[in-house]
Amino acid sequence: MRVTQGCFSFLPDLSDAQISAQVDYCLAQNWSIGIEYTDDPHPRNTYWEMWGNPMFDLKDAKGVMMELDACRKVNPGTYIRLNAFDNTRGWETVRMSFLVNRPAVEPSIEMVRTDTVGRSQTYSWRTVR
Amino acid sequence: MGAQMKDAATTSDAATGTVDLAEEFRQSGVKEILDQLDRELTGLKPVKQRIRETAALLLVERARKQLGLAHGAPTLHMSFTGNPGTGKTTVALKMAGLLHSLGYVRKGHLVSVTRDDLVGQYIGHTAPKTKEVLKRAMGGVLFIDEAYYLYRPDNERDYGQEAIEILLQVMENNRDDIVVIMAGYSDRMDRFFASNPGFRSRIAHHIEFPDYSDDELLHIATTMLAGQGYQLTSSARTAMQEYISYRRPQPHFANARSIRNAIDRARLRQANRLFESASGPLDATALSTINDADIRASRVFRGGLDHERTPRSDQDPIQ
Repeated sequence: MRVTQGCFSFLPDLSDAQISAQVDYCLAQNWSIGIEYTDDPHPRNTYWEMWGNPMFDLKDAKGVMMELDACRKVNPGTYIRLNAFDNTRGWETVRMSFLVNRPAVEPSIEMVRTDTVGRSQTYSWRTVR
Repeated sequence: MGAQMKDAATTSDAATGTVDLAEEFRQSGVKEILDQLDRELTGLKPVKQRIRETAALLLVERARKQLGLAHGAPTLHMSFTGNPGTGKTTVALKMAGLLHSLGYVRKGHLVSVTRDDLVGQYIGHTAPKTKEVLKRAMGGVLFIDEAYYLYRPDNERDYGQEAIEILLQVMENNRDDIVVIMAGYSDRMDRFFASNPGFRSRIAHHIEFPDYSDDELLHIATTMLAGQGYQLTSSARTAMQEYISYRRPQPHFANARSIRNAIDRARLRQANRLFESASGPLDATALSTINDADIRASRVFRGGLDHERTPRSDQDPIQ
């Protein structure tokens, strides 16, 4: 199942040149980029693994692309996303987040129905490989 | 279509196309930067000449690229050698602007670092630190001041070597993303390049910064003061001239930087003099004039700092 999270996720996967252009846009807005990866795309899995610290004081997308390449090499077949942090309010706010890597075969998300007291039912979702 | 046919097509385009270099020169904004360099920097004739030549080379290279004659990015890494205070950092800043307006670096910012910013203090600390700096400098110019401190021949386990290896790799692989300028004193840079042949072969442009002459330093002093809204009386001008000739042989002479410090101290003394002697309202002229007493009160006229003064029992003491 194709996971759709963040910006551009209904479009075909971005090429490296397109990712680079998006990063340049973010840097032009004075946003800092952080790279995160995970193997579990469950919508409730908010906190992905951080690939190093978010990168502050960059001027050019090349620095981000170098880190992205390194992350892809170490974690092939995982989801990787770029988060753009905006600090104009005095704290870091995620202004933009988009997937830049996904596994060849994506896990699917399945609904689980559970009976609880008085025949009522609760619903939850889980990732199935 | 085969690659050969494509090549043939570009060559025939090249034969018909033309490039107006003068027009390119005007449009690229290089002229403004070179003029600014001439206006703002005193002396440094050979440096300006070399920058002019480099700019011409890059402009021609760009024109050749447009006509399909040149391929690949030229090597632009440079080394600036010269004594302290000869304007290496200032010129590096201008060079970043120049390379940006010619389109050889994408953003044109200057990241100025020294050994401390590149080399870590424990195992595994250096590589992330160096990479961090390189990421910040991508798309611009990385200026490494006193680059020879990276290499410590007396300690073979020094982490500087690790930083050097990462730098060399990036200088080779990311030639169109980053330009590295290494700066430092001439003799120590020569020794540094001799023991690190990798750097020598990757640096195409070696620019030597000469010391300023006394007249040039005087000119620098007056322009610096004019920039801050001060002027020298004619006797203060003579005092400044003498100051420069006394200061040069003394220890830690750093060309324009010494002059800047001298000016700062003269301003301090002028403020003190006005404060202590003023008995009525002062006009703008009094507030912005430095007289010869402000300059002659310097310890330089007495032979420098007390503990560094060379014994001159056989000579007349300089008053």
